[in-house]
Amino acid sequence: MPQHITIHLAGENALIIYFSQKGDGQVSANVSAKVQQAEQLIRKAMAQELGYELAKDIIDLVPSYASLMVMFNMMTTDHHQVRNKLRTLLQTIDQNSTEQVNSYKANLVELPVYYSHESGPDLSVIAQRAQLTVEQVIELHQAQEYRVYAIGFAPGFAYLGEVDERIAAPRLATPRMKVPKGAVAIADRQTAVYPSVSPGGWNLIGLCPVNMFDAKASPSMPVNVGDRVKFNAISKKEFLSLGGVLEVSYE
Amino acid sequence: MNKAPSTQGFVVDQPGMLSLIQDAGRFGAFNIGLTNGGPVDLLAFQWANRLCRNTLNATAIEISLGGLTLTAQVDTTLAVTGADMPLTINGEVRVLWRSYHVKAGDVVALGFATQGLRCYLAVADGFNISPSFGSTATVCREGVGGLHGGKLLAGDVLACGPNSTNNEANKNLVLVEKSRPKYENEIILHTVPSYQQHHFSSYQQHLFFSNEYTVSKSFDRMGYRLEGQAITCDIEGILSEGICHGAVQIPADGQPIVLLNDRQTIGGYPKIGAVSSIDTAKLGQLKQGGKVRFEPISMEQAHNIFHLNLSYFNRTELVVCD
Repeated sequence: MPQHITIHLAGENALIIYFSQKGDGQVSANVSAKVQQAEQLIRKAMAQELGYELAKDIIDLVPSYASLMVMFNMMTTDHHQVRNKLRTLLQTIDQNSTEQVNSYKANLVELPVYYSHESGPDLSVIAQRAQLTVEQVIELHQAQEYRVYAIGFAPGFAYLGEVDERIAAPRLATPRMKVPKGAVAIADRQTAVYPSVSPGGWNLIGLCPVNMFDAKASPSMPVNVGDRVKFNAISKKEFLSLGGVLEVSYE
Repeated sequence: MNKAPSTQGFVVDQPGMLSLIQDAGRFGAFNIGLTNGGPVDLLAFQWANRLCRNTLNATAIEISLGGLTLTAQVDTTLAVTGADMPLTINGEVRVLWRSYHVKAGDVVALGFATQGLRCYLAVADGFNISPSFGSTATVCREGVGGLHGGKLLAGDVLACGPNSTNNEANKNLVLVEKSRPKYENEIILHTVPSYQQHHFSSYQQHLFFSNEYTVSKSFDRMGYRLEGQAITCDIEGILSEGICHGAVQIPADGQPIVLLNDRQTIGGYPKIGAVSSIDTAKLGQLKQGGKVRFEPISMEQAHNIFHLNLSYFNRTELVVCD
């Protein structure tokens, strides 16, 4: 297999392929492109069979920043067999997929955000840590376009990267029991919009009125992996007129 | 014979605390952020379906805590398995782990669990619910599955076909007492060390595998937060990555969270390992105060445990009881 691609145990019915040093490395568009390439290879093999009989063995594929989790069916296979099949497939991964990243035409999706203390209870903590004003934090968050690295955690939850180092913030020691729908958040150098009410440990800096997941709509989500996203500040009045709801409690 | 329209089945009179439509789970949509859902206690769910002569993926109801009351609109067969939850049909006390013929108008009621937490109510041929993203499993957090993406509500009608109850091929079945799962308050969670295990020192791993943990007040279908010896990791967070069933996440406060059916698909807390599915089914029957210990096992042992249990399930036969 190409260098830096390793297969590890995840659980009794899952393996995880890391595409950089054990998956705890830096966010990289290049690594992310390799993940996508591997996912496409495996999906193609599942569709075409190719003698690997992957379709009945693989239950789910979960791509992320630098990893691809492969869940398999314990009734039909085991981790040795899956590992061997994956090794064979991954042989063909292009060592240098930079061209592929550059040739990819990404959509630009613009998302409005109401940044404030009432909609972003962790804004001041981030500002204090960075020795910036709250206004500067808000400015930095909007300053750049982000790449959609993964979708997961919840339907429509898009992991965007990377935020300016100055506003990077570790996850909360104890996750909140309830984060409101539309919460715009930061964890380390990742940023995201919570698509629905859920528990969560990210730092909350604002609220976005756009619906990030609608099971009945097609497509279900406004963004795809590989898209570019830009945030634009809006006023409270604009937020409310766009259908935004202000939560009173953050548990 | 007067065939009832397919919109009929059972009417929900009282929905109880948390009653959910579930099939075996939603697979293949993890990449767009849809988790698996499905029965927390898969074994009890499968027994309920076998008692109704169903396929193992037939749609049933998972009842957590209790309090569900249904009225039948059709003649059919049903079975309840799982936690010790008092079951009555038309006010008469009935035992779990066996099937019963019911007639239109019969009232099926579950009280509250005295031991264990969740029960499964299956009907012959399963409830007829249209699938979302390939499955009927309800995941409330996602608003996906079931009748309307949430828990059962009073007035919901759960369609199911009528089922002949008076011929030789449809006699009631029972799982004999010695073959039924036991729901204990203290359990062992066999865990495959995996994921970021190497970021926990051998001392921290020793602490994790030698201390007892208590189920905290935060336990649900997404995960069970435990309380006990805090575990520290060399790293604070990782690039978010796929989370498998049973993964044991260690947030910065050091208190383990075992992730179950409704877990987030991707997350960035370090994970020390993953609990076997046989044991997550037992964990899902615990309430606050339940005690657990983690025991490390190899991937080979995990496969052995899984296949031994599967073999036992397949060769245990149900007994005709009337």
